[in-house]
Amino acid sequence: MTRTPETAAELSPEPSANARPVIEFEDVCFAYNREEVLHNISLSVPGQTLTAVVGPNGAGKSTFVKLTLGLLSPVRGRVRVFGDAPARVRRRIGYVPQHIQFDSDFPVSALDVVLMGRAEKHWIGPYRRTDRDKAEKALVQVQLQQLARRSFSSLSGGERQRVLIAQALVANPEILLLDEPTANVDTQVEHEIYELLHELNRQMTIVVVSHNLNVVTRHASHLICVNRVASLCRMTEMTEDRIHAFYRGDMAMLQHSADCQIFDPSNAMREPHHDVKGEDRS
Amino acid sequence: MSLFWEHFFNHAFLQYAILAGLLASVACGVVGSFVVVRRMTYLAGAIAHCVLGGMGAARYLQRVQGVTWMTPFLGATFAAVVAALIISVVTFKGRQREDTVLSAVWAIGMATGISFITATPGYSEDLMSYLFGNILMVGASDLLHIAMLDAVVVALMFLFYDKFLVISFLPELARLRGVRVDVYHTALLVLTSLTVVILTQVVGLVMVIALLTLPAATAFQFAGRLWSAMIIAAGLCVLFTIGGIALSYGPELPVGATVIQLAGGVYLLVLFGKKVWRRLHQRAITNRSSNAAEQKI
Repeated sequence: MTRTPETAAELSPEPSANARPVIEFEDVCFAYNREEVLHNISLSVPGQTLTAVVGPNGAGKSTFVKLTLGLLSPVRGRVRVFGDAPARVRRRIGYVPQHIQFDSDFPVSALDVVLMGRAEKHWIGPYRRTDRDKAEKALVQVQLQQLARRSFSSLSGGERQRVLIAQALVANPEILLLDEPTANVDTQVEHEIYELLHELNRQMTIVVVSHNLNVVTRHASHLICVNRVASLCRMTEMTEDRIHAFYRGDMAMLQHSADCQIFDPSNAMREPHHDVKGEDRS
Repeated sequence: MSLFWEHFFNHAFLQYAILAGLLASVACGVVGSFVVVRRMTYLAGAIAHCVLGGMGAARYLQRVQGVTWMTPFLGATFAAVVAALIISVVTFKGRQREDTVLSAVWAIGMATGISFITATPGYSEDLMSYLFGNILMVGASDLLHIAMLDAVVVALMFLFYDKFLVISFLPELARLRGVRVDVYHTALLVLTSLTVVILTQVVGLVMVIALLTLPAATAFQFAGRLWSAMIIAAGLCVLFTIGGIALSYGPELPVGATVIQLAGGVYLLVLFGKKVWRRLHQRAITNRSSNAAEQKI
């Protein structure tokens, strides 16, 4: 626990070495009313990794997240989380949304909001001693213990984000799935949040959607590039030039990588749908 | 005032009235705070007006059809719970605009009540007490009913407070995390409806929204947490109901109206006082900093 890993790659072992993948996409296509957003996606996220999901705006990153949570069902193909239908194992995923709508006049403290993560752990009655202990521990983990009694709406954007991460943590998730956790914070806070994710990565798989390549390349061990098509590769195989090329749409450059096959979306989209046995929409 | 205290120890009806006010205050503080933070005032209004339908129908059955056990209180409770369930189902399943549904429930409940009351002999006195309340007419059996509903409200609130808090603050995220948002939302609506029935005994259905929200709204000027607002709101509600009864007793003013005037007056006073206090506080700070600046020079 005391050793600080030098690189992100060192933190996460080889995918093959570390047992089963936790998230699997098999030939997944998804469309909102005929308009195809994701096309023929096959990838598997290995356990205990810190995987970043990157891609330009409108590339289907949020759709990817919703498919992983089972909030959307694929039109074709199937999604598996822990080898099961996502909706059935959703409790094992700690999801931190990009935006939350909340009433700023609502009188709740940071600790109250963290405790809400354990609301479904008991059927009736108030929170138990263990719930409170866990919530306080989670606040320590995200380094907000001194703000536990402060009103949630008086916190800064970064602090709120960390409270929501703590809220996800108190439910003991095995995967932490964050949708643009640093969308509304400055670079210093962004750095702190990624440091925190790095720390949490010792205990769980982390999947984080981001648009900031510089931060991602420093922290992630694996990268999922989404641009209607998607693929996963290890960070060590991905040079910054390649990622930037991906953003620019310079696909020719990317195809040189043997492990990380990112196709030109325009070609890949024309490919026929793969036939999937046992198509699953749950 | 002095006449009130003189009679208070001799007349059972005054003691009943005070007891009813105390019981009502508990539900009022606890549920009113939720109604205020969740901005469900309009919803409570719709339920309140459905109560008239229940009361009218019950009175009709009792007087004209001879169903003696069907008291207006029972009818009110039934109608309020049904209204809460209808609103819940329609807003969750029907994909209708909520305010449209509420307006419909509001008007239909009221219309049903008026029809039944008109068909019942001696309707005018009944109607007046339904609309404007008559806490001085509360009898021992009414008191028992109020106490029972009160117990249900407080027990459910104690058992499900945490769930109600989650579904009120982050409904979408709560749903994702596996909380049964629809079930708890419906439960909260039922609690609101039961509270409306209790408070109707004190101030009548026209003014019930004011008694439900004014103490809580005043409490939120001081409270930083929902549970502390509940306690303060309940305390304020005690103050308003007992104060209203005591103040109105001598000069024979309408009790319900006096209670509401007291609550409204205190609310406005608190808002105004807070504003003045803030301005004075601000001025003190600027004075202090300008003094400090002068001393430096």
